[in-house]
Amino acid sequence: MAVAETEGVTASAGRNASRPDGYALFWGLPLALWQGIFFLAPLAFLVVMTFWTVESFRLEPAFETVNWVRMWSKGYVVDTYLRTLGYGVLAAVVCSVLAFPAAYALAFKVSPATRRLGVFLLITPFFTSYVVRVYSWQAVISDNGIVNTVFAFLGFGPVEMLNTLFGTVVGYMTLCLPLVILLQLFSLANVDRSLIEAAHNLGCGRIRTIFLVIIPSAKVGLILAATFTFILCFGDFVSPVSLGGSKPPTLSILIVDTVKQGNHWPRAAVVAVTMVATLIVVAFTALYFAYGHGRAKR
Amino acid sequence: MSLDRIIRGSLLGYVLVALGFVFVPIVISFIFSFNEGRFPVLPIENFSTVWYEAIWNEAPVPRAFRFSIIVGLSVAAISTFIGFATAYTDFRYRFFGKNVYLALALLPPTIPVLILGLVMLMFLGRVSLVGELHSVIFAHVVYCTPFAMALIRLRLSQMDPDLERAAWNLGANNWRGMLFVILPFTMPSIFAALFLTAAVSFDEFMIAFFVGGVNETLPVRVLNMMQGQVSPRINAVGSVVFAVSITLVILAQVFLLTRRGTGRLKAPV
Repeated sequence: MAVAETEGVTASAGRNASRPDGYALFWGLPLALWQGIFFLAPLAFLVVMTFWTVESFRLEPAFETVNWVRMWSKGYVVDTYLRTLGYGVLAAVVCSVLAFPAAYALAFKVSPATRRLGVFLLITPFFTSYVVRVYSWQAVISDNGIVNTVFAFLGFGPVEMLNTLFGTVVGYMTLCLPLVILLQLFSLANVDRSLIEAAHNLGCGRIRTIFLVIIPSAKVGLILAATFTFILCFGDFVSPVSLGGSKPPTLSILIVDTVKQGNHWPRAAVVAVTMVATLIVVAFTALYFAYGHGRAKR
Repeated sequence: MSLDRIIRGSLLGYVLVALGFVFVPIVISFIFSFNEGRFPVLPIENFSTVWYEAIWNEAPVPRAFRFSIIVGLSVAAISTFIGFATAYTDFRYRFFGKNVYLALALLPPTIPVLILGLVMLMFLGRVSLVGELHSVIFAHVVYCTPFAMALIRLRLSQMDPDLERAAWNLGANNWRGMLFVILPFTMPSIFAALFLTAAVSFDEFMIAFFVGGVNETLPVRVLNMMQGQVSPRINAVGSVVFAVSITLVILAQVFLLTRRGTGRLKAPV
């Protein structure tokens, strides 16, 4: 490992810049060691395990592609994969659309103090007990829950919301909405105000300004926010189970079922590796569209 | 002019609705934890602390609370140290493979927690490290370190690298430069990282569920209670979890936003 000072200027005399000293290693190594042992090695093991076999409920080290073939030849696995992709895209679109007016308002229509308060109020719940908040939603949207009690009082309903796709999406929003509003807000706040004024001066209407000036300028943050939503919801387990009723299943549910029924770890590993690979492809595609694509066009 | 006010008003109303959506579950859980009735339905019955007494006297919950605190404190300390070390390495050094190194530092939270939990269980199970409280700590550090690293790196990016060099020129060695220049400057972000990683660990349930075995942390207890029947005790446990994690996140933000000490360094006496 060749180590050099960031600026290439070495103030402490006599130190060989190309050889890491004890001081550099003391700060550099902990992460490499910890993530190497407890993150990279387990992930590598996951890939290896997809080629192992299960003989009478016991794991046998092997190099067989049988798990890959078995999982992907099943129609319901392919269906579940496509469905989970669809849920991720749906969550990204719904969340981006619902978040945008709030992010827009906080970026352009309030004082800096109010904006700071808004940021504070949004950061707090993002790090707060997702699983408990999902449980709480059950009480709100169940058949005799709070919303349906209000509906009954108004003379209609009950509307089935728990254990439907709607319920799952409510859970996804619970997970992602604060984060997406924040990411959109940060990118909108960095849009050059003079561009917007120029558009208005040249007779561009409000709506047209949003779509032709503001959204293209804030593109990077908007794409990143949608990508984060996809990543978080694609792999989420709690919402599809507790609010979506597990039926139809997502890939996360499929993994847990595969492990529970018959203890088939290698097949679960196949699904997990597929999910990680999908997330990597999506992340790099999003980065390409966020940073690379537009610049080449200009 | 009045159209502007209508648009502004409805946008602000929309922000309130969005915040309402975010805070409704927290508030609901809190309200029903004090409701005497068994089921979370309207109208609300008598105010009562009976569910809090129930969870207090129910062995698994205080035990899970104790485990959560042990795990949270250990994870906060370890992942803040590793996060700091990594942020400083990124700040000061250039080396071959740095991009891979940084990817390693920031990637774990983008892997679904279900898969993280699964691979940790499979891997740690192989080396007989699974099912113990320290297994949860090992796994949570992987997940929490990136948050600490990001916060401290952000703070370091506000610092002029010449400050450290000035210290060296004045005769400080690397360690003294660290002690008297880098550490004082990054101190607010170190505290923010401690609180935030404690909060993330305190709230994380999937990894802890997989690798913890019978050692349930508080959110895992909630997850397991949810498998059973509806019980207001879940609201009571949930409210405790909310109270702890909201406090931690607020403390983290207070330290992050603090302006004290910005750009000013105390001279060593």
